Amino acid sequence: MAQLLQLTLNGRARVDAVPDNLLLLYYLRELVGLTGTKTGCDGGECGACTVLIDDEPRLSCLMLAASVAGRRVDTVESLGEDGQLSAVQRGFHEKLGSQCGYCTPGFIMSSVGLLRRNPRPTDDEIRAALGGNICRCTGYVKIIEAVKHAIELHEAGVEP
Amino acid sequence: MQALPEFELLRPTTLDDARKARAAHPESQIIGGGTDLMVNIRRGIVAPPVLIDLTGVAELRKINADETSLEIGASVTLVELAAHPQVIKHYPVVAEAAAHIAGPMHRNMGTVGGNLCLDTRCIFYNQSEWWRGAIHHCLKTTGDICHVAPKSRGVCFATFSGDLAPALMTLDAEIGVARADGIRAMPLNALYIGYARQDEPQTATRGDGKHFLSLRPGEIVTSVSVKNTPGLRSAYDKIRIRRSIEFPVCGVAVALRRDGDALIDLRVAFTGTNSRPVRLEGTAALCGGTPDARVLQDLDALVRDQVMAMKTTFTPGHYRRRVAGVLARRLVTRLFES
Ligand SMILES: Cc1cc2nc3c(=O)[nH]c(=O)nc-3n(C[C@H](O)[C@H](O)[C@H](O)COP(=O)(O)OP(=O)(O)OC[C@H]3O[C@@H](n4cnc5c(N)ncnc54)[C@H](O)[C@@H]3O)c2cc1C
Ligand code: SF4
Ligand code: FES
Ligand code: FES
Repeated sequence: MAQLLQLTLNGRARVDAVPDNLLLLYYLRELVGLTGTKTGCDGGECGACTVLIDDEPRLSCLMLAASVAGRRVDTVESLGEDGQLSAVQRGFHEKLGSQCGYCTPGFIMSSVGLLRRNPRPTDDEIRAALGGNICRCTGYVKIIEAVKHAIELHEAGVEP
Repeated sequence: MQALPEFELLRPTTLDDARKARAAHPESQIIGGGTDLMVNIRRGIVAPPVLIDLTGVAELRKINADETSLEIGASVTLVELAAHPQVIKHYPVVAEAAAHIAGPMHRNMGTVGGNLCLDTRCIFYNQSEWWRGAIHHCLKTTGDICHVAPKSRGVCFATFSGDLAPALMTLDAEIGVARADGIRAMPLNALYIGYARQDEPQTATRGDGKHFLSLRPGEIVTSVSVKNTPGLRSAYDKIRIRRSIEFPVCGVAVALRRDGDALIDLRVAFTGTNSRPVRLEGTAALCGGTPDARVLQDLDALVRDQVMAMKTTFTPGHYRRRVAGVLARRLVTRLFES
């Protein structure tokens, strides 16, 4: 079975025919060709596949593509404008919140979701919001610093 | 890319359509947030030919909460429940349990219905097809032996690990269950039949880790509701291996009332131990005075008697049982003195 999927992907309306059993992760990576969203554990445990659905971080490895009909889906490719990095991207870049980079799109999307609903989170709120993302490289300290830097940039007017 | 088995996805927008879809497809399975079911489909544990997605059913997305009663629709998400100001104020044990489930993305996706009907778990079950096949499938899937207790005589001990059930059970919750021809109400307690007794035959009301819900084919859990008890204090706590994202090693809900220096009402429930969430029996005998060391010792004895944790997780059963007692004692003391 297949359905017509209408959605707003990274700010643009789109229609695709998708099989009922196609996961959102593979819709994004294989059908649309947006490979910024990563496959980590492939089973709901690592957060590498995090995307925003109507601004809420969700795991694309556990969602069916057909279930986001009518919704707004944002991946890491939606961030930044005219070659300028967004506040969260700059935070991770400038504060070394990324090493191998595999977990980074997921951490960035969780952080963007956080800043969109809570522009001035406390340290505890940052930690809680990133609790579903796993990083094998950084030890997390740099990641928290990256998000704090992004908060300052956001306050100075840069989009999250 | 790893292909999923073929299935048809139905997305009803009314409860009526959901019921009809369920009646028309007896082999269907409900999907809420999919944070449990999709993992199991991906691991080849289940392969339902039809999935009925309830997240678009508006009737099931409501929370009605005030100081007298609480009603939660099955498609309400965990994040909505954990953040609801009236739930936090009047039913703290429910909000705390919801906030302790999995990680933030799972709480954005996961639903109340999915949490109440969460599949039971076992280290020999929550594994890939390849892993399970390599040591012979156990009897919760297609095999005929239990790796946890090889002499179990057909009984499965997989563990119920949902966090909302014990919280709601301390408030004597009822659930609504819809089928093609109507809706029935029943105590939440009666949904769970994972008694896993080796000395009794399995029946429709007494099952094990494999047959752990009393739902009949075609039924849908639509809501859960509780009535408030004035003066009730309640809280939830759980131990997990990683504090930010993990199923419970053991989760404990406590609700109690205090009158002067006396404990006059005590309700305790556990998850992550047995094949069903356990509402502790016999707590009335602990009421009447202050919960001193002797009362807490008696509480521990009830826990040791009724909490039966098998080797279904990485933490040994006897450890989970002790943790259950410790968490219960701490919560009772904290709530009594608060
Ligand atoms: C890494 C990880 C950690 C987790 N940690 C926890 C945890 O700490 N505590 C915890 O409780 N859970 C945990 N979970 C499990 C899960 O995320 C939650 O239990 C969640 O609430 C399940 O809800 P859902 O809507 O996603 O369920 P689904 O996956 O959609 O459904 C679960 C089951 O319930 C059935 N079902 C769903 N809705 C209904 C209904 N209305 N009527 C009848 N049957 C229904 C489905 O058919 C399925 O069998 C974790 C999962 C992962 C991947
Ligand atoms: S308790 Fe036994 S039968 Fe049940 S899932 Fe584990 S190994 Fe399988
Ligand atoms: S790939 Fe989705 S959570 Fe790991
Ligand atoms: S930077 Fe390598 S996993 Fe996070």
